[in-house]
Amino acid sequence: MNIPGPIQQPPTSAWSMYRAIVGIGAMCALLIVTVYQTTADRIRENQERFLAAAVSQILPAAQTTVAVVQTEDGRLEEAVETPALPVFMGYNADGELVGAVVTAQGMGYQDNIRVLYAYSFELDAIVGFKVLDSKETPGLGDKIEKEPHFLANFEALDATLTPDGDALLHPIVTVKQGQKLQPWQLDGITGATITSEAIGNILNDSANTWAPVLEKNSHAFAIREISEEQ
Amino acid sequence: MLGKEVSTTDEFVKGLWRENPVFIQVLGLCPALAVSNTAINALTMGLATTFVLLMSGMSVSALRNFIPREARIVSFICIIASFVTAVDYLIQAISIELSRSLGAFIALIVVNCLILGRAEAFASKNTFGRSVLDALGMGVGFTVALLWIGVVREILGSGSLFGVALLPDTFQTWTVMVLPSGGFFAMAMWLLLVNWVNERAADAEKRAQEATP
Repeated sequence: MNIPGPIQQPPTSAWSMYRAIVGIGAMCALLIVTVYQTTADRIRENQERFLAAAVSQILPAAQTTVAVVQTEDGRLEEAVETPALPVFMGYNADGELVGAVVTAQGMGYQDNIRVLYAYSFELDAIVGFKVLDSKETPGLGDKIEKEPHFLANFEALDATLTPDGDALLHPIVTVKQGQKLQPWQLDGITGATITSEAIGNILNDSANTWAPVLEKNSHAFAIREISEEQ
Repeated sequence: MLGKEVSTTDEFVKGLWRENPVFIQVLGLCPALAVSNTAINALTMGLATTFVLLMSGMSVSALRNFIPREARIVSFICIIASFVTAVDYLIQAISIELSRSLGAFIALIVVNCLILGRAEAFASKNTFGRSVLDALGMGVGFTVALLWIGVVREILGSGSLFGVALLPDTFQTWTVMVLPSGGFFAMAMWLLLVNWVNERAADAEKRAQEATP
């Protein structure tokens, strides 16, 4: 029997190992940097376009928007830089305040969910909703993005404030599918219980913070002069 | 096959059926099962994997005399991870929506054993041209296999194909098909079919050989 043993190869010199690993590392770094540099502008544009499209989709009356931030004493002022969870005031063609769009986030079933919702000063209600980022189970948790009866919750989800205007009068809660009785309840999704409850919690937490701030500042932001160039 | 010259077209064709990465080699099952819940996700995942397979196959075969044996795995992974990062940026630049629907799975192409497997078993031992053909064949085979699984899961699980409603509203969708377990069911069904077809072909060949002494 003449079975060939493992092929004996001379040991590799340290220099050629070093050359290969450092060389490949440098080439890969160059590749990543090049692709990042060439795509960075497109990606930022895409993200801005996506956010702008989402804002105008959920607050169609708004022609222009202004990003605002909260100062330490609870006032709102125009944002210099768009923050990570931006809040926008929306104005119609005549420069009148028609609503606000708030970004909110919280833990879902799989991962963080980031959503956008529109707040109407006239109705004291949430009048639009869109998921920005979610890794919920495809086919179940992601129904929060497309299930018609769930999206129907956001025709006018009650967010009335207490008489002193410091918090929501009724907390926003998710109920079992088909059991919605009150305008502040969210009709949940069978098969996506945790995800639809997460949306209720995210909206409740965010609206509890933002609805009072937005209402208190709505007079200061009521009218915006439309500049001639636009 | 020993000693027989493999034709260049065969390097491409073998990945489509005879050595199909999913149905015959049973490699890269994590993405094959995870992202095949709709046809469009399956197609995008397949194309992204094909791109990484092709680019890493080209790089590995071009650098094969430069990479020492002991450092090959770390070099391959480094090359593959770089191309995956590039693909991730490219998909985001093409469409945020598409990138959103693929979620974490693009990053996980790095650990797809199919890509490392082809780099190790083929590209590191073969010429540039053959590696390109092999990568393309395997990539197309992988994409087609994913698409088959995706089509079955989307039709049964959502009643639609490429997002277009196919079945009437009265059809009760099989939710289980869009869940991970549905991936296993669809995969098992296709494996059964592929093995049955192959077995029949082998039997027919055997009979033909016996008939002609």
